[in-house]
Amino acid sequence: MPVIDQLFASLRAQRRKALMPFVTAGDPDLEFTAAVLAELVARGSSLCEVGIPYSDPIADGPVIQASYTRALAHKIKLAQILEMLAAVTPRLTVPTVTMVSYAIILRHGLARYVADAQRAGVAGAIVPDLPVEETAELSAICRKADFSLVQLVTPLTPRDRALKIAASSTGFLYYVSVTGITGERTELPQSLIDSVGWLREQTPLPICIGFGISTPEHVKKLAPAADGLIVGSAVVRRMAQASTKPRDAVLRDVGDYVESLIKALA
Amino acid sequence: MPASSSVPNSAGRFGDFGGRYVPETLIRALDELSAEYAKARVDPAFQAELDDLLHHYVGRPSPLYHARRLSQECGGAQIYLKREDLNHTGAHKINNTLGQALLTIRMGKKRVIAETGAGQHGVATATACARFGLDCVVFMGEEDIRRQAPNVFSMKLLGAEVRPVTTGSRTLRDAINEAMREWMNSVETTHYILGSVVGPHPFPVIVRDFQAVIGRETIEQSRQQLGRLPSLVVACVGGGSNAAGMFYPFVEHTGVELVGVEAGGRSSQPGDHASPLSYGQPGVLHGSYSYVMQDEDGQTCDVHSVSAGLDYPGVGPEHSYWKDAGRVSYTCCRDNDALAAFNSLARTEGILPALESSHAVAKAMELARSRPETDTIVVCLSGRGDKDAAEIARLTAS
Repeated sequence: MPVIDQLFASLRAQRRKALMPFVTAGDPDLEFTAAVLAELVARGSSLCEVGIPYSDPIADGPVIQASYTRALAHKIKLAQILEMLAAVTPRLTVPTVTMVSYAIILRHGLARYVADAQRAGVAGAIVPDLPVEETAELSAICRKADFSLVQLVTPLTPRDRALKIAASSTGFLYYVSVTGITGERTELPQSLIDSVGWLREQTPLPICIGFGISTPEHVKKLAPAADGLIVGSAVVRRMAQASTKPRDAVLRDVGDYVESLIKALA
Repeated sequence: MPASSSVPNSAGRFGDFGGRYVPETLIRALDELSAEYAKARVDPAFQAELDDLLHHYVGRPSPLYHARRLSQECGGAQIYLKREDLNHTGAHKINNTLGQALLTIRMGKKRVIAETGAGQHGVATATACARFGLDCVVFMGEEDIRRQAPNVFSMKLLGAEVRPVTTGSRTLRDAINEAMREWMNSVETTHYILGSVVGPHPFPVIVRDFQAVIGRETIEQSRQQLGRLPSLVVACVGGGSNAAGMFYPFVEHTGVELVGVEAGGRSSQPGDHASPLSYGQPGVLHGSYSYVMQDEDGQTCDVHSVSAGLDYPGVGPEHSYWKDAGRVSYTCCRDNDALAAFNSLARTEGILPALESSHAVAKAMELARSRPETDTIVVCLSGRGDKDAAEIARLTAS
């Protein structure tokens, strides 16, 4: 059974929810990314998402976009990121997935990407610019390798299409909370809980909500509706302080923040 | 396989190229646009309204002009200019923006966003929006705002908001990224008038179809004025919309040679040019699979061109298809050769071409020299050069 399937089977059995932080690889360097991943797991995260910096991320808001630009300014390479993950994942007790643009996967080679990521201890990929119509080839490779390919549904996705995406997605289904790009929001749409609720009745696949989530209040409100919640920009914004502040303090700040969200899950 | 004009398929594929690599958030709007365009394209009322606008508002058909003195200077084949520079707003871009503005209205949307490089598409979008009373926001890289100041002023006069883009290289590529992000946020109420044959399906086919009026007129005018089709047709290629519009109607006239001219910049070294068809390889950028300037990790490379409209690391997927099918030859022209062609055309014919179009003029002049006088070369003079006068003065002074 793929690692992510095991994770959600066990969480569901314990009636627990997942908190899944997102970190940008290489911002400001890979040593710090590795330290943050260890901290996030120590604080109780259920899964870590690692963003592979990309030069033209159209789904990302200013915070993640700027973190990608900073990482790429240091000439970070995919091979170095996978090397860092290979070193750190054996010590992590939870799965990691990469958030990665299709431009990068395609250039690396589909089968080669999956093999290399798996060798680095990565359990799956989220490919934000790969809609369901274009997934056949990558999906077949992932299934064969027991490598999860997490696909996304948004508030604008028609219901029949959402079912098609749920049938194709593996690991979990990523429910995008808002119509828009990544980034912290003060308010999240009321209809979100109903939409996720409907979808959870249609599919056995775990559903995790992401985009815009940043406060314990958001977590309290949304956790009952989903299997897990994803927090990106708010974590990346805190990590960004590592280039100016002492790293220990930043690590503690990121850890405290994520722990505050995890406490709000229960 | 020979190139076909029955592309793309329903998935937006031109052979292997094209497709739709965008976030799920945009899929519904792209589906809606595809459906509306499919209806509009067979609706005689839509076509009649567009034709009427192109005639009375844009001033079409644009002339096919025999550049006798330029031909004489080259000594060889006769050069004809398809005068898209004489269109309202001074470039071919208006052909597409009027068509897409009509689609915007059909979809019940009242707000438009657009990206622009040289500013020609921004001006053409602002113009169409003013004409139809649509709200308009244009994204433009800071570097391009500097080098194409007259167009920025025009857009504002036309009532558009110009939003400076400060990310990345602050040029066309970043303007497209920002426009896409804005579209992600406002997709339910806003149409994105993409200005070139790039981006996710159905943009490459819609823009090509609206620009194909250039090639159709050229065929008809060649038959009337020359009694035959030209030997050769040359157009500049950034994203490739004027070239796609010019070439597409010629694709199945296999006796006509088609030449696309990319921006050769300062040299053939990476970062010094914007010629993905000449030096790049297939990859994904801005929602479609096409030739692109990428590094070994799939990161888009910085590119350079003296002309803001060609300063783009990608190219429309249909050009990639034509390249691999061998139907169009793609080559590139250096900054200095384009500037020299700008001067030649200004002095021999009294026409200031856009720096983008100057790349095509330069290649046509070079080709004319090696061809007999009985050959005819049509150049797509995609835009006028007034916008470039200050930048050329700056470049030639330094």
